[in-house]
Amino acid sequence: MTHHDDTSLTTEVEDTDVPAGFTDPGVADHEPRQADVDPKADRRAEWQVAAMFGISIIGTVIALVGYFTSDLDGSVASVRSANLWIGLGIALAMAGIGFGAIHWARTMMRDHEMVEERHELRSSDETRAAAIQNLKDGAADSGLGVEKFGGVRRRGLLKGSLITALAIAPLSLLVPQIANMGGDWDISKFAHTLWTRGTRLARDPEGTPIKASDVTIGSVFHVIPENLYESEHWIEEKAKAVVLLLRLKPEDLNIQPGREDWSFDGIIAYSKICTHVGCPVALYEQQTHHLLCPCHQSTFDVANGARVVFGPAKRPLPQLPIAVDDEGYIVAQDDFAEPVGPSYWERLTHIENEEA
Amino acid sequence: MSTVVNKAVNGTVSYVDDRTSIGGFVKFFARKLFPDHWSFMLGEVALYSFVILLLTGVFLTAFFVPSMNLIVYEGSLETMHGVIMSEAFASTVNMSFDIPGGILMRQMHHWAALLFNAAILVHMSRIFFTGAFRKPREINWLVGFTLMILALAAGFTGYSLPDDVLSGNGLRIIDGVLKSVPILGSYVSYWLFGGEFPGEVLIPRLFTAHVLLVPALILVMVALHLFLVFLHKHTQYPGGGKTDRNVVGLPLFPVYTAKAGGFFFVVFGVVALIAAVFSINPVWNYGPYDPSPVSAGTQPDWYILIVDGALRLMPGWIGNFPFEWEFFGFTLSLNILIPALILPGIFFGFLALYPWIEAWATGDKGEKHVLDRPRNVPTRTALGVAIITFYIVTVLEGSNDIIANLFHLSLNDLTYFLRVALFVAPVIAFLVTKRIAFGLQRKDRELVLHGHETGNVVRTEAGEYMEVHRPLDEQEIWLRVNYPNHKPLDIVPQYNEDGVRRKGYGWDRFKLSLSKFYYEERVEPVTPLEYLEAQHHGHGASEHEAIEADADTVSASADSHDK
Repeated sequence: MTHHDDTSLTTEVEDTDVPAGFTDPGVADHEPRQADVDPKADRRAEWQVAAMFGISIIGTVIALVGYFTSDLDGSVASVRSANLWIGLGIALAMAGIGFGAIHWARTMMRDHEMVEERHELRSSDETRAAAIQNLKDGAADSGLGVEKFGGVRRRGLLKGSLITALAIAPLSLLVPQIANMGGDWDISKFAHTLWTRGTRLARDPEGTPIKASDVTIGSVFHVIPENLYESEHWIEEKAKAVVLLLRLKPEDLNIQPGREDWSFDGIIAYSKICTHVGCPVALYEQQTHHLLCPCHQSTFDVANGARVVFGPAKRPLPQLPIAVDDEGYIVAQDDFAEPVGPSYWERLTHIENEEA
Repeated sequence: MSTVVNKAVNGTVSYVDDRTSIGGFVKFFARKLFPDHWSFMLGEVALYSFVILLLTGVFLTAFFVPSMNLIVYEGSLETMHGVIMSEAFASTVNMSFDIPGGILMRQMHHWAALLFNAAILVHMSRIFFTGAFRKPREINWLVGFTLMILALAAGFTGYSLPDDVLSGNGLRIIDGVLKSVPILGSYVSYWLFGGEFPGEVLIPRLFTAHVLLVPALILVMVALHLFLVFLHKHTQYPGGGKTDRNVVGLPLFPVYTAKAGGFFFVVFGVVALIAAVFSINPVWNYGPYDPSPVSAGTQPDWYILIVDGALRLMPGWIGNFPFEWEFFGFTLSLNILIPALILPGIFFGFLALYPWIEAWATGDKGEKHVLDRPRNVPTRTALGVAIITFYIVTVLEGSNDIIANLFHLSLNDLTYFLRVALFVAPVIAFLVTKRIAFGLQRKDRELVLHGHETGNVVRTEAGEYMEVHRPLDEQEIWLRVNYPNHKPLDIVPQYNEDGVRRKGYGWDRFKLSLSKFYYEERVEPVTPLEYLEAQHHGHGASEHEAIEADADTVSASADSHDK
């Protein structure tokens, strides 16, 4: 854009006057510091440095006293006090040395810059040639490509077998290692939860069953299967089985086609595991009937089959079909009809297996 | 007395040298020169943070129990009595509440980890903006890039160890991200967790990665990084006497032993001070991991925000168009793949390859040891600011709930805004930065040609008013005129005189368009001719320049240039 070819002016300067380039003025002159010229300033700098080292010594004492006088009694206050004194002590002990050393360097050590030549990094042509020759000699000594018995021994068999062996040898180590790390490799477990026909819905984490009459309009229950803690791997089971139980006014609830008998008098249950990447969808907005995942803010509309109204999730939360048993407790009719939680490559095949 | 000491020292030195020839080593290192500049400390901050991480980390391993076995807590923190938790969580609480200084070590470790990652990124930005990645340092850029990735790995594996609600949800997100990988995803997740999430083996596995695998790799890479710094000798900022063939600086011993060594203690002191005063990751407030609860405002450590923010930005649907596809009975979750894997892949891949991309555009094969002033490479500088802007948008989105809460904004509106900003803001940043760089280059031209404004207005005999300008000294001029002025490449045409197509033309075309993108629009440095003219004919040149510089009253009298 700004090409300076304003030639109208060049006539006024003789071509012979113009140097080919600017000249390098060389390294800037050294400007003496106060401590270089004034003995008082020099003495002052020494005192300042010594004072900083002194602060460091005091810091070490503070840290040690802080440690030996700390009296932890399980209260946050006692922990905080020990943390503060030991920490301040270490901070002073370290920073005192640091600032002292730097101040020394800045006031009393050489600050007159020196110049050192650089050399190009590439090796000289002779070195390169010698290196290549060495490799050639080595290759010849190895018996590869040498002339012998009236022909060049390329030794394709030798090279091929070595490369093959080297390439596959890691498998002997890695296959057992990697294969063992995945346990039983049964990914179909992703598709099943503890919920079965008749499993009571229970409060999380107490495990007490919930009666339909307990669930008032507008309320939310965090739910686990009643038999959760009987399971050997209950944390894994909990990670899949947690459910949110809500009650809306029946007229607010748009029951999805095919799920007419999955809810009961405005009481409806959805998986709590986000269909995005699996965080618990824990926040419920009563007014809008929206469920919000606090991790990435996927928002689901409970009144309309938990469809996605905002955020990164694509699929609605799976609905747990529920009913009320003879004693008035809420129970599951069956497991979820689809795998809960984030999508994965084989997800649809797991649903088909279910139906088959 | 001192003769005794001298004798002892001489004896020791001689003993060691006889057996190691360390003398040659000391001769080479002791007086090696390093240029001086505050920005050269940024990498040191990263290195020293790592040393602090090792020192405090060794302490933590003495008390941390890397186990997911569940126990009922009966320790000294009464509010937690009876809570079921993993031994990992319980040992984290115990080392915080039962060991004097234990929580200090945890907090120093965590703060140092945040600083480690921050210092690496800032150091990397310095390298980028000053062109310190150019030949012969491309390989060291890659080593440094690898260190950045390893630092992220170290941070994430460590963050997950206490097995609290926050980090457990972080791991669950990792599980979800892994499962989105086509074909292999479910098995990769199963492999990592040793079964279904969360399983019982993850914390021990992460612990080994965190205390052995990752730090060993970091140590090797740090050694390589520093070895190459010594081999290449440090870069230097431009100025009088500084060329691509020399180093101007101060000796390692004693100046940098004191400055850099002292700086280690300063960083250590600052980290200790922060840890003494500011609480970090008080896991007993979050509680042990349980797959059901989650708190609002969940956030990872800051260096993971780019991925978390990208996950939040990506919509599951745009109108009626879904980003999770189902075909042939399989599921492809683009709404997770794109933000969590593809976008970081492109972002970090571009960073890793950057030195070569710019080298293609520049076509310069020489060694570069004098740094660029960012204004003198406007396109690179603008690209850097655009990348940082992109990064910041993702980080803001990663904190969108906190920002929305703080400024009383609608969370959804903020996300819609940032979705657009992710694409628009980097472009604006690029264009604005490029203009600013050109502006600074023009300012440099103006200064060289007309000198500093002094504010002294004089009246000539003819009654004319003009401001006296003070000419620049030779150092100031040299800084502003002596820099590589790259121009777009010349390439050999596609067909020779005989009309025969040549090979490699397509690649050359690509490099040509790249170099045009970088260097077509530029501000030329002042030439000796222009400088002489400005000296001899201040008036004529200055009127011409006044239009250029877009200033109202730029004028210089010929007198002001007389010395």
